Amino acid sequence: MNKYYFEVLRAGINTTYQDLGRKNLYHIGIPFSGAMDNRNYIIANLLVGNKENTPAIEFAYQGPLLNFKGKAACFVITGEVNFNILRKENRTEQGKCYQTYSLLDGDQVNILSTNKSVYGYLAVSGGFDAELYWNSCSVNTKAKIGANDGEKIKENDQIIISKKDQKYNYKKLDHINSKIEHIRVIKGTNYNYFSQEAKNVFFSKEFTISKFTDRMGMRLKGSKIENIINTNITSEGLIKGVIQIPPDGNPIIMLSDHGTIGGYPKIGVIISADYDRLVQLTPGSKIKFKLVELSEAETLFKLYNMETQKILNQLK
Amino acid sequence: MIKNISNLGDAALYCDFGKKINKEINSKVINYFKNIKNSQIPGITNIVPSYNKIIITFDLNITHFKKIIKEIQNLEIKSFENKKNKIIKIPICCDEEFALDISRLEKILKISGIEILDMYFNKEYFCYMTGFIAGMPFFGDLDQKLRAKRLETPRVRVPKGSIGLTEQFCNIYTYESPGGWNIIGNTPIKIFDKSNISNPTLINPGDTVKFYKITKEEYINWNE
Repeated sequence: MNKYYFEVLRAGINTTYQDLGRKNLYHIGIPFSGAMDNRNYIIANLLVGNKENTPAIEFAYQGPLLNFKGKAACFVITGEVNFNILRKENRTEQGKCYQTYSLLDGDQVNILSTNKSVYGYLAVSGGFDAELYWNSCSVNTKAKIGANDGEKIKENDQIIISKKDQKYNYKKLDHINSKIEHIRVIKGTNYNYFSQEAKNVFFSKEFTISKFTDRMGMRLKGSKIENIINTNITSEGLIKGVIQIPPDGNPIIMLSDHGTIGGYPKIGVIISADYDRLVQLTPGSKIKFKLVELSEAETLFKLYNMETQKILNQLK
Repeated sequence: MIKNISNLGDAALYCDFGKKINKEINSKVINYFKNIKNSQIPGITNIVPSYNKIIITFDLNITHFKKIIKEIQNLEIKSFENKKNKIIKIPICCDEEFALDISRLEKILKISGIEILDMYFNKEYFCYMTGFIAGMPFFGDLDQKLRAKRLETPRVRVPKGSIGLTEQFCNIYTYESPGGWNIIGNTPIKIFDKSNISNPTLINPGDTVKFYKITKEEYINWNE
């Protein structure tokens, strides 16, 4: 066979090629992008013996139905995902995340849904053959940048596997995606634009994640955050994790594909250690913020990395 | 030159050049941006210049706030000779099909559409920054008489190529995008070209731009 690939029988809702994203392009309006949940993306690649930054498939809510064409392949799915493997002889196997599976010609992978979470990852040994733009395959559908002409994967597309005849290696991790009670936040550069009461509300009340949430941003509903100085600032750079308060008082959190310039006051920034878990919260779920200092955020990031390392050490 | 540096979250620096917006301060921002870009300070992942701020993001696995703030403060700032920037000419068609907000502007500014466009085309503009969406340039400064606020309700879709005005600024929508600026026309030329990896942006901060009017026929038959 000339090539090994997945034929896309159903595309799923938001299925894209992703890796660790691209750097040093914010000044021309191109954000990091990359896998939303970095930890699960990295674990997927390492489980199938790839390097960290190998192209993988990210899906949200409902994933794709894929028909494998080729002699054999080895894949894994990470996240909290319900999926089945339909073997050629009509046998259905219920899939388990964080466990590698072998595929033979004509086997199908049916990724049904993400369970109480948003994003899941599919990686194969050898990775996918995805075109790089500025050293990254990451698809940013807004700028139409990345592999597949910067578009989501559609029905009848072919997802090509880079290296044929990769050896199947049985690997399994015991991993539970930890939940946290609060999303932790550092004061933003416009913290003093908000009344003491507004700040108290922000750090004590629950907010609901609205359905207007995607790879660009997460919109929240709940108590309005009152601004006492100005509802606009001079437009300036944004980074992922920034929480902006537009004039209507409903917070918006910038996520990986966000616009790089913005003019709403920044009340806070999500700490790096909590980003992966933030993006996995589904519309309708509740969120509470907790204020932390910079030094604490730095320590929490180290702890988060150590935890990731501990999970990965099981592979050795 | 930088008035204050603080942290923006745990993985970015916020460099404040003051409140004023003008060509002189923005030129300093751009010069600083070039110096930081050339500095080889380890761990920097992005530098985002705007009118009067620079945000620098960094990789927390490589560096941290206390370390990188010192490196930025101690950075020797050289003056980059701005290559005698040529004037970039941008054609705009202001046919009613494209000038979505000209009648709104007539009402707000209390001058005729013809006068608005005459004033607009009679000036060169300075590019302060690019961003929001890939390659979108932000220019200034508009004539005092042309300054209007954003739309009360932003458009869900501003067509690609649209020229927008708000307050002292104007911009070009390089992609179809949501937006609240007053649209007066559309350019047929490609401002952002993702296939040109080394130089995807036609207009960069520090450049000067002169807009000129074209007819609808010229617009339709435009060939780059």
